[in-house]
Amino acid sequence: MDLVGLLAFNVLTGIATLILITLGLGVIYGMMRIINLAHGELMMLGAYTAVMATGAGVNIWIAMLVLPPLVVGLIGLILERTVIRFLYGRMMDTMLATWGISLGLIGLVTTLYGNVVRGVSTPVGSFDIGRYGASLYSLVILVTALSALAAMFLLLRFTKFGLILRATMQNPRMAAALGVQPSRIYMATFALGAALAGLAGGVLAPISGVSPAMGAAYIARAFITVLGGGPAIITGTGLASTLFGSINELVSFKTTPVIGDVALLTAAILLIRVLPQGITGRYLRRSL
Amino acid sequence: MNPAFPSNRASALGFLATLAFGLAILFGAPHVLDTFGLVQCTGFAALAMFGLSQGFVWGFAGVMSFGQAAFLGLGGYAYAVSVINMGDSSIPVLLSILVPMAFAGLLGYFMFYGRISDAYIGVITLTVSVILFQLVNATSGSQYRIGAAELGGFNGIPAIPALNAPGHPDEPLDLEGIWYAAMGALILVYAFLRAVLAARLGQVIVAIRENETRAQLIGYDPRLYKLIAFMLAAGVAGLAGCLYANWGGFISPTVFALPMSAQVIIYVLVGGLGTLVGPMLGAVLIQALIIAAGSQTLVDSNLGLGIVLVGFVLLVPQGLLPVARGAALRLVERVRAPRPGKAADTLVTESAR
Repeated sequence: MDLVGLLAFNVLTGIATLILITLGLGVIYGMMRIINLAHGELMMLGAYTAVMATGAGVNIWIAMLVLPPLVVGLIGLILERTVIRFLYGRMMDTMLATWGISLGLIGLVTTLYGNVVRGVSTPVGSFDIGRYGASLYSLVILVTALSALAAMFLLLRFTKFGLILRATMQNPRMAAALGVQPSRIYMATFALGAALAGLAGGVLAPISGVSPAMGAAYIARAFITVLGGGPAIITGTGLASTLFGSINELVSFKTTPVIGDVALLTAAILLIRVLPQGITGRYLRRSL
Repeated sequence: MNPAFPSNRASALGFLATLAFGLAILFGAPHVLDTFGLVQCTGFAALAMFGLSQGFVWGFAGVMSFGQAAFLGLGGYAYAVSVINMGDSSIPVLLSILVPMAFAGLLGYFMFYGRISDAYIGVITLTVSVILFQLVNATSGSQYRIGAAELGGFNGIPAIPALNAPGHPDEPLDLEGIWYAAMGALILVYAFLRAVLAARLGQVIVAIRENETRAQLIGYDPRLYKLIAFMLAAGVAGLAGCLYANWGGFISPTVFALPMSAQVIIYVLVGGLGTLVGPMLGAVLIQALIIAAGSQTLVDSNLGLGIVLVGFVLLVPQGLLPVARGAALRLVERVRAPRPGKAADTLVTESAR
């Protein structure tokens, strides 16, 4: 029974991690139809921000939860203004350009900080599930992921900004006719997605080694979850994360994390064969 | 005449010129270069073939494979594992082509018959190569072995036996022999892909790239033809992987890694999308730059690659070869302009194709 409890907790954590690493990618893809191949590197920058900030003596919670989204959001803004905005409507070119950015950021960080693995110590201890100990930090990930998902939902559903955002994505010309500047909205959306990637990097920094190439460990799962989720950002990310996160954790528990990733990928390819538009391409199409 | 659609005569001339050039390098290089230079050129030939594979699938079939490194790695590992077990290298070479093709067939079936969009194909192929990397990376320890071959995890497989004359496993090729094998194979693969493109199969593949709906209405099944093109490219990449393993006698999971897939995209983008010569030239150019950059330790080479990729997407999206061809074409037109009534011939400018 204790084991079941622990396993359930791990599955929940896996789902939360997946939500966290996917949400930023999902916002940019769902809103702008841009597949941001630099997503993993934006996470990496978030993690470095957390490492640098704690090194400079900033409170660990601020260093993990507040600074990374701000810093990486700003970097996203700069990237959008200097590169991405020239490529709207050219999907393949945006993918190639973001891949270039990804390589460039890996190279830049390696040049600046060296190809070494750093870490942040976990700020909280552990608790017991029956006979087993579980990391309390997993609870932090769980809460952060759900808060981020909920915040995005509230932002898109109930604020004026969210309304303008959705309107621009549905029909940029009509939005422009009503006095919105679509380019501003695209800029804000990209920065928002980057900030979410930064948040994911910051929160995951304590449980993963922080190195220039760390993004590669996450992006495979993140991309596949976005594709599996389909066009509706919040529902899609939530549903696909739940499905793939459960598969990943359960298989990882039985075998190894790598086999868990293989199982996730296999499940995703089978799913996409049946539902080429992702889960929300067929079901719950009108959701957010 | 539109430079994108050369006349048959110009195209044939370009093909012959490229063949002659390739043969000249094949037989000239051992006389001009020392052993170190020759070994380096063997590596270039292997990567040029890898570039051909990406150039074919992306430039002619319009399939945006972002994970071509998966097939390079599968080919390399298939060769390494089977040659260690068998001794004789003939069947391993075939396996290095067939294993990636079979894998591409399986993956391609799900992708193309699911009719997913181009961007999704990019993401799925990329993801597959990343996960293969993680999978092979995690195989350290003596329990992960196929026959006599230990996979070795992130340490890779060292001391892979080199190619040998069929039936004589005790007489492996020396470094010069491997050069002839690699460069000869590159020329053959180039000729093979040209033949495919000239044949009906290639025409249909290009037609589908140009207008999928129209091709389908005429009666061709785009899913099938894309799958065939994808498998052909995978076979070429696999053979490149076999040569790559022969080049250093060593293979490690980095052949599956993202930088490898990114590099081959850069070869094609720099050399010229929609050509076969471009990706080969791009491969040599970029590899030479990486080697030059590798001798300094100030800046990481990824930074340079990233800048090249972004720069080309933003400024020269069609690649160097088409740009050079266009410039040459304009030059020819200007020279011939005083003589009205005679259309600019594309013979000269097409010779690079």
